[in-house]
Amino acid sequence: MIKTEQWELNKNLAQMLKGGVIMDVTNPEQAKIAEEAGAVAVMALERVPSDIRKQGGVARMSDPKMIKEIQASVSIPVMAKARIGHIAEARILEALKIDYIDESEVLTPADDMYHLDKTQFKVPFVCGARNIGEALRRIGEGASMIRTKGEAGTGNVVEAVRHMRAMQSEIKRLTTMGHEELMTYAKDNGAPFELVEYVSENGRLPVVNFAAGGIATPADAALMMQLGSEGIFVGSGIFKSSDPEVMARAIVKATACYNQPEILAEVSEGLGEAMKGLEISEIAPENLMAQRGW
Amino acid sequence: MKTVGVLGFQGSVEEHLNALGKAGAAGVSVKTAAALNSIDGLIIPGGESTTVSRLLNIFGMTDPIREKIKSGMPVWGTCAGMILLAKNIIGGEPCLKMMDITVRRNAYGRQADSFKCRALIPEFAENPIPLVFIRAPWVEHAGENVQILCEIDGHIAAVRQNNMLAAAFHPELTENTAAVEYFLKMI
Repeated sequence: MIKTEQWELNKNLAQMLKGGVIMDVTNPEQAKIAEEAGAVAVMALERVPSDIRKQGGVARMSDPKMIKEIQASVSIPVMAKARIGHIAEARILEALKIDYIDESEVLTPADDMYHLDKTQFKVPFVCGARNIGEALRRIGEGASMIRTKGEAGTGNVVEAVRHMRAMQSEIKRLTTMGHEELMTYAKDNGAPFELVEYVSENGRLPVVNFAAGGIATPADAALMMQLGSEGIFVGSGIFKSSDPEVMARAIVKATACYNQPEILAEVSEGLGEAMKGLEISEIAPENLMAQRGW
Repeated sequence: MKTVGVLGFQGSVEEHLNALGKAGAAGVSVKTAAALNSIDGLIIPGGESTTVSRLLNIFGMTDPIREKIKSGMPVWGTCAGMILLAKNIIGGEPCLKMMDITVRRNAYGRQADSFKCRALIPEFAENPIPLVFIRAPWVEHAGENVQILCEIDGHIAAVRQNNMLAAAFHPELTENTAAVEYFLKMI
């Protein structure tokens, strides 16, 4: 298992974000609203996933100018997305001293076979995963944080739930396996053996695991936390709602107090319209973002 | 056995609870003002200081924590916790305003500037201990009644003022329990 000092430091930053909400923002004004509401970090991007879905076309890394403006506007960590396998975009984001790169299926993949070799970078990476095999492959490549993929830009939490449940039940199953079963498990799941061993021994991923993709309300956020997520990414859910400031504050509170139903009831009141959601079965299979990644 | 509360909203809560367990104390996550009455000491963990200060205000915990500290309850802030305890924040709003220190947030820079080192802190241990700095603050100025426990490259990284302890680094992220053991002796 890779255990360089840089990887440890990068993993440590993700630990500091636990219990928090990371919000997609497209300009400094939104970034300030997110920070003011109590976000632990912001994800700087040009179009939120629901707009990418609607407008189509190739989705790429954001303009460095916009990223720099957002970095200058807040004191919390700033993340940004690079396309899967796009070495140059990742190097550009690293040169901008971005705090975390999301090698993201929400953007159009640049490489249809390989993800980035994240061990070659100093900057930390978060990657999406639908199941334990995908999560451990990404960690094997050097990711220091994982998020379940869900289905971004839908405002429909069902895929995030499916991926988190798949992850948690496989983690539990691994803890009950004998050591002799692990190599076959690694083979069947396409996961590095030593990381399978780690999960089997420790009952958790070696890095922090957040939930993403379809979280649109405080109750959605609390649901994901109850299923074992360590924090929440909200993409379109905040700035596509009718009152982003109120929605942002409510999701922060719900994430921190996910196991206190009275507080959840209180923060869910009078939020205005949540983003309009999409039924997953109405999306053409080739437009499912979660399928991207190898 | 001493019961130590860890402010449980966000950040390295679990890590502090594990470290307390290793040091032989009972740790409990604290998210309400009422819960402050059943603990012997409070740890404010690493995390995002703006997030935690918002939540402290929203859930009405800022004043109750201040009162507890004033009445002598030992408190220890790591990284974000140090920022929350400070009376002055350069370019920002202070939260609990209890320790006579002026703190600079993200003093070393962004994540690219996070680092690990070893240093001798005689009050904590006889030998150098590992220190992890993640987007860390430093103490730019410490008042007369503040004891400086550690300096790294000329910047103050750990301080004590009576029943208050603060560190810019994260002992909870290492296997070393010297810092938490020092805090337990304050209780």
